[in-house]
Amino acid sequence: MKRRDVIGAAAGLVGSVWVRSATADADELAAAVAAFAGGAPVRAGRVEFDIAPLVENGNTVPVTVRVQSPMTDADHVKAIAIFNQRNPQRDVANFSLGPRAGRATVSTRIRLAASQQLVAMAKMNDGSCWSRTVDVLVTLAACVEP
Amino acid sequence: MKRLVSLLLALVAMHALAADARRSGYDDMSLQVQAMQRDDAVNPAMLWVKEGEAMWARDCARCHGDDATSMRGVAARYPAFDAASQRPITLSQRLASHQRTTPLALESDALLSLESYVAFQSRGLPIAPPADPRLQPFRERGEQLYRRRIGQLDFSCAQCHDEHAGQHLGGSTIPQAHPTGYPMYRLEWQGMASLQRRLRSCMNGVRAEPFAYGAPELVELELYLNARAAGMRIETPAVRP
Amino acid sequence: MARALITMPTTAKRGDVIEIRTLIAHPMETGYRAGADGAIVPRNLIRRFTCHYNDGRDEVQVFGAELFPAVAANPFIAFSTVATASGTLRFTWSGDQGFTQTETTSLTVT
Repeated sequence: MKRRDVIGAAAGLVGSVWVRSATADADELAAAVAAFAGGAPVRAGRVEFDIAPLVENGNTVPVTVRVQSPMTDADHVKAIAIFNQRNPQRDVANFSLGPRAGRATVSTRIRLAASQQLVAMAKMNDGSCWSRTVDVLVTLAACVEP
Repeated sequence: MKRLVSLLLALVAMHALAADARRSGYDDMSLQVQAMQRDDAVNPAMLWVKEGEAMWARDCARCHGDDATSMRGVAARYPAFDAASQRPITLSQRLASHQRTTPLALESDALLSLESYVAFQSRGLPIAPPADPRLQPFRERGEQLYRRRIGQLDFSCAQCHDEHAGQHLGGSTIPQAHPTGYPMYRLEWQGMASLQRRLRSCMNGVRAEPFAYGAPELVELELYLNARAAGMRIETPAVRP
Repeated sequence: MARALITMPTTAKRGDVIEIRTLIAHPMETGYRAGADGAIVPRNLIRRFTCHYNDGRDEVQVFGAELFPAVAANPFIAFSTVATASGTLRFTWSGDQGFTQTETTSLTVT
């Protein structure tokens, strides 16, 4: 067996292990999104997800979620949720709002264990759901110490 | 002698000031983290400053007045020479034992809070090392420590922070290592930290046995680092990754 | 009691939407981390945050948050509310190990 073949086979094996765990995370993320949506279809749009595309420290990452909505009694955002793909668990934070909020904008700071996909979702008072997905690159501390 | 020391200090500062190529760690951070530092409403370190304010009212106001602005400029001129021990003393060490029968523990939340509040009063002022000739031998020892190779990785501070500042180590930019904002909130630790904690963690980073908190070597290093940063603005309480 | 910092205007015009920024000192220990001795540091999180607005007529929860381990230590939460009438805003954080804390602020609405 040529060395080239062995390397090729090994690379294929490593590649498939990585792909499998990424798919498992993606499945869980999809499940979390569906659970929040409560059966309603999730449409992309109306949600702005403000987060740096490249983060220098995953321990404290500022995020802002803004949803286009008049925030009236008749038409407002009831809930905003943030989900992640690669942290130990999918939930990040849920927020409950209403017409008294005035604006459907929330900010917080989150932890990101690794480079990953994040989803911000908004549920309206009529049950409809909107979402925005972002990809974030997380660089880790260079000097690792206890 | 004082003139000689002033001259020596000026030389250290001038070498640093030439075209002032000096950058605070702030300049090397992302826009998001800079924004976190700039806004007192979102800077997590302000929680410690607020606690320090409460401690001031309880422990310090009776002698120093309710208004802590009397502390303006104090942090800028530390480490200072302590007549009692005949050695330099950091602001942290001074606050830990000043008018206390039981000193506050180094790196404790209480001490970090008080130090943050006092140093916060000097925010915006230039670092102003005292031209005290008695500090000179300690400052020189601090510089020797800064240039000495240590640890399994056999690095000196100077190699990273003078020779390779601005380049990358992993995903991070190597800062010039000026102590412009201590105590600071470090995102890596999600908490408040003194310069001594940062120096110890750097020593761990090159796999050297770190000096203990309060060790004379750490004080001498701090003395040298402040001379090297003379004239740079105090940012306390800073945020750093 | 943990230190908390609330930044918001003290006065507003009726109908204005005001921004409220809150910070509270808390380790938000995830329960996933190993300490220096190798043992897992027990989970210790703030789980819930609410803001109630008492404008003299009634007290209504105007904002709520459910937090998980992915929220960074010393949680920062910013949100908005409509200035309806002069009153008191009550902020409550609660979580593991019986943690509970309340802060109040006043808002004058003209």
